[in-house]
Amino acid sequence: MSSAVRRLSEVPVGERAVVRALHGERFLSRRLMEMGLLPGVEVEVVRRAPMGDPIELRLRRYALSIRREDAATIEVEPSR
Amino acid sequence: MTKPNAPQGILLLGNPNAGKTTLFNALSGHRARVGNYPGVTVERRSATIEIAGRRVELLDLPGTYSLSARSPEEAIAADALFSADASSHVAVLVVDATALARNLYLALQVLETSMPAVVALTMMDDAEKQGVRIDVDVLSKTLGVEVQPLCVPRREGIDDLRAAIARAFERGARAPLRIESEVDAWVERVEAAALSSNAANTTSARAYAAWALLSLGGDELEGVPSAVRAAVDEVHRATDARAIDVALVGARYRFIDALVAEAQTDEARPSRTERIDRVLTHPVFGIGIFAIVMLAIFEALFTAAEPFMELIEGGVDALKELAFAVLPEGILRDMITEGIIAGVGNVIVFVPQIAFLFLLVTLLEDSGYLARVAFVIDRTMKGVGLHGKAFVPLLSGFACAVPAVMSTRTIERRRDRLVTMLALPFMSCSARLPVYILVIATVFPSDERVLGVFSQSSLALFSMYAFSVVMTLTAAALLRRTILRGPTPTFVLELPPYRMPMLGATLRTVWEKVRGFLVEAGTIILAFTIILWALLTFPNDPAREAYFEAERERVVATMSGAEAEEALAELDAEESARVLRESFAGRFAHAIEPALEPLGFDWRLGVGLVASFAAREVFVSTMGMVFSLGETDEEDESLRDELRAATWPDGRPLLTPLVGVSLMVFFVLAAQCMSTLAVVKREAGGAKWAVFLFTYMTTLAWIGSFLVTNVGRALGLS
Repeated sequence: MSSAVRRLSEVPVGERAVVRALHGERFLSRRLMEMGLLPGVEVEVVRRAPMGDPIELRLRRYALSIRREDAATIEVEPSR
Repeated sequence: MTKPNAPQGILLLGNPNAGKTTLFNALSGHRARVGNYPGVTVERRSATIEIAGRRVELLDLPGTYSLSARSPEEAIAADALFSADASSHVAVLVVDATALARNLYLALQVLETSMPAVVALTMMDDAEKQGVRIDVDVLSKTLGVEVQPLCVPRREGIDDLRAAIARAFERGARAPLRIESEVDAWVERVEAAALSSNAANTTSARAYAAWALLSLGGDELEGVPSAVRAAVDEVHRATDARAIDVALVGARYRFIDALVAEAQTDEARPSRTERIDRVLTHPVFGIGIFAIVMLAIFEALFTAAEPFMELIEGGVDALKELAFAVLPEGILRDMITEGIIAGVGNVIVFVPQIAFLFLLVTLLEDSGYLARVAFVIDRTMKGVGLHGKAFVPLLSGFACAVPAVMSTRTIERRRDRLVTMLALPFMSCSARLPVYILVIATVFPSDERVLGVFSQSSLALFSMYAFSVVMTLTAAALLRRTILRGPTPTFVLELPPYRMPMLGATLRTVWEKVRGFLVEAGTIILAFTIILWALLTFPNDPAREAYFEAERERVVATMSGAEAEEALAELDAEESARVLRESFAGRFAHAIEPALEPLGFDWRLGVGLVASFAAREVFVSTMGMVFSLGETDEEDESLRDELRAATWPDGRPLLTPLVGVSLMVFFVLAAQCMSTLAVVKREAGGAKWAVFLFTYMTTLAWIGSFLVTNVGRALGLS
């Protein structure tokens, strides 16, 4: 595994990353994947909520918000 | 080909915010029948419409991103799809053109069955503005069904869509779309089990098998054939469930990505939504705007609804007087005025607050801001195991639990919704305020300053409100960890594009909510009002009636003018006090006095607690009756004097400051409101939740009151 691999929760606001794997609880992962957040897709971290959590992601032409603790279970690599 | 006499239906499926309900309204001409799906409190909207000469049932299924389900309420769309006959049904797949890929996922799940289908491509105008162009022909050819672009608000494409639906009915069952994946061997194993147990028709069994593989395992679904369950278990034992999920979802998105690449061109213009969100979710402005919007909701419930509620109350009183004057004296007149008219009044008095709350909530939801409310406040709500969407219902609880409980429908998952509606009745609603005012004015008359700044009374009032908030949050946290324990509440929320809400549709939604309340909760409230009136009135006592009649005649014979009037009023007040004391409720209060005494309450406060079931503020007028004062309100000085002077038979004062606080604590905690219980029964989907709510809150109220009174006494307070 390369050192470039990190968690989605660590990606700074305004940057993009490509999803590698989802390690969260099965049903959460399934739900995220069915909404298009699955390995191979590019995600942009748009902003954090005013109190720091949750975060807003942009993928597949729409905005999705998830909690940081859940974002921490998603493994990403740098955008190509 | 369709069978001539089979019941025909259209299933409307689509993502949340894809314009599904707007399309439903356009197709049905706003003639929705609104009800609930059996067993789950998810709204079921349907209408009978005519398509090319046939009468068909149009069913608006709940908005969802996928058919996959974990709970019965998530499975509504899948159940409807897999149980419907493909020879007599058509699926209309609502696909939002501005988020084509994500919307196509659900569409593919449906197209993998043999049900005839049409794709309704909505939001075409928004897509164009964002520089998105979609090649409808490519889409149609690849998916194997007709694709109809629409702009529903401008009614563009509706007639063409109807024609396409009619053609789909004519063509009948399709060959299912087949999406290959690397786990096909496992899918086939489950497909065989699905076929053997008739879980789905032959041509849709593969789609059902894929659905079962994604949905089953750690789920709460009902009605899945045991053979299918066994097959999925077997697959999950043989290989990693998550690997299967990734393969199945991945295969669909590979298909979608290839299709979107071919059918869509995107100039990637920055959207209007993104510019608006820079302000509305900004760390500083965002919180400010959030506070203003929440304050507006608060204002609407408290201030704006107030004149309408007063108007209703005034009208009900006028009607009561009219009936009183017109009808002959007797028990029937009392039942009509104090039972039926008062009961109807108890129901419709909620209408202004329900209407205002739903007007605002629907506007916020349709505009897209409600999702941002949840986004901004989720961090705070998470601590007590609540969802960000629970904030608006909780806030509304300060005004009235009835509309607040109804507004929990915006919360997606049943468990999150239940936690919210079972905790929010602790929020100090406006009906508790008259009770606080009466008690505080009675027990803290001198209004001394505490620490030289705060008055005792405002401190006491503030404490009750703060206590109610603490209790609400504590209850939510405890419920989440005990009886409503379950999967961690996830927060996966689309932040939909901002859109201009349509006023006509909004008003219709408000009316649907009001009507639903009147029909379902209203009848229960009316019935309870009549029962409560009977408990406070019966049994009749001819001897008592004869005594007061004789007394009245004596007054009329011996006195005149103002003196006689005063004496008669006194007699009336004395009689109603006796009726109350000797009524079933009065006897009940006497009977339970041993249980109230440890709290410092006697039977007179007890009868007030019973009567306040109609609405908490009724406690005040009941106290007026108990103390033979006739009609009173919380500002009445004579009522305060009577309460201050009231003693136990042995001469100890009844309502000491300590007992006053204890009584207010009881009112914060007790589920002393039949309307809340009626609406919880409706929204939670069963009387057992209303019974549970009543039991746990009233038990807590007793314990809380007991602690205040007895710890206070032990500390030497009185």
